[in-house]
Amino acid sequence: MARKIRVLVAKPGLDGHDRGARVIARGLRDAGMEVVYTGLHQTPEQIVEAAIQEDVDVVGLSILSGAHMTIFPRVCELLKENGAEDIMVMGGGTVPEDDVKELKNGGWAKEIFTPGTTLETIVEWINSNVNTD
Amino acid sequence: MSTSGVIKLADYVDKLLEGDRRSAAKIITLIENDLPGKEEIIRRVYPHTGRAHVIGVTGPPGAGKSSLIDRLVGTLRAEDLRVGVIAVDPSSPFSGGALLGDRIRMQEHALDRKVFIRSMGTRGTLGGLSRATKDVVKILDAYGCDVILIETVGVGQTELDIMHCADSTVVVLGPGAGDRIQAMKAGIMEIADLFVINKCDTADVTRIKNDIENMIDLSPLARDWRPPVLKTSAFTGDGIGGLWERLQAHKAFKISSGRSALEAEKLKAELLEIMYGKVMERLSTGGLSNGKMKEMIDSVLERRVDPYTAADTLLEKLICFREGA
Repeated sequence: MARKIRVLVAKPGLDGHDRGARVIARGLRDAGMEVVYTGLHQTPEQIVEAAIQEDVDVVGLSILSGAHMTIFPRVCELLKENGAEDIMVMGGGTVPEDDVKELKNGGWAKEIFTPGTTLETIVEWINSNVNTD
Repeated sequence: MSTSGVIKLADYVDKLLEGDRRSAAKIITLIENDLPGKEEIIRRVYPHTGRAHVIGVTGPPGAGKSSLIDRLVGTLRAEDLRVGVIAVDPSSPFSGGALLGDRIRMQEHALDRKVFIRSMGTRGTLGGLSRATKDVVKILDAYGCDVILIETVGVGQTELDIMHCADSTVVVLGPGAGDRIQAMKAGIMEIADLFVINKCDTADVTRIKNDIENMIDLSPLARDWRPPVLKTSAFTGDGIGGLWERLQAHKAFKISSGRSALEAEKLKAELLEIMYGKVMERLSTGGLSNGKMKEMIDSVLERRVDPYTAADTLLEKLICFREGA
């Protein structure tokens, strides 16, 4: 039997709008994944520590505050410092197209989903990018 | 897990024993998914276990179990104890997925390297824990945790697995539990080594405390150790120090009253559970040749054999049961 996919859904920074994050968390749960949700106002340090202890396959950062160009690189750096760069980082929120490109090209995010993306798209993306063997 | 192969596995165990948290996390994943290598890991880790004080925290949903644990971890950390937390939340019976949200209330210790928190889904188990919980306790024990706190799912009356898993079981109730107490007399109310009435800052809990004390007065189980009924507030922190004192007293009581006998009981239950699992696995993976099974089904169909006799015959073949052996 395939291993269960575990995802950490995290809300970094000061932005308090977590409806999107909760909808995603619920959607991934209904797709059979185990979703760790840690609540609002997380620092990159807290997120990375939780990701390591929970041994998740994917960290999903939900950012609507505009802080994405700071937070994505910081989370990736911390993962690397802790020898956990095999944990995939994806994101969602109001991120301009140019920034999405820059984050992906820089290796700071494997994928970023912007408003209007369906749950099916995200579930499918995770399922095809996580190796459950 | 992006790692496979025997050498890697041995590395992980070595690093686990040195207190490496990423190795601990990886090994827990392997155990939770029942992947090959699990039994080998337990074999290697087992001699390093048996040291931690394992505390179960159970109670109905919303009683404040997570918040109480967050506070208790604070008390334990003030004594520089290394703490492991296993937080179990229900898996969906439909999708198999789970929303693991206990960490939200345990943020106080998110960056403390001597606190390791792991969330788990029940994955189909109905007793308030997951099947892997007992083995995950062993891993955190070997990892070096002095105290391991297990939070069950929010329970009703009969999710009692925690009693086989913990040295001390804490049943947490909210101030609104009064009406339910009568109904809860059997089952969960019997497994408590300590009762905690939480959120005591929000209501007068004297009546509930009295109800529980009265119930304990009548309990034949409470002769040697009378479960204390404590009032706490995870919000203000009131009563948490007292809770830890009583937990230590309970551990001392268990040791003084012949811990080995109790341990033997627990181990017996664990062995039976493992054997049950292995027999089930052999049954479902066709440990019996399909021919034998089919032959027996035909016999039952034709009314030559009844289903009970057929099952006995098949089981004897499976586990090589011999009379008197």
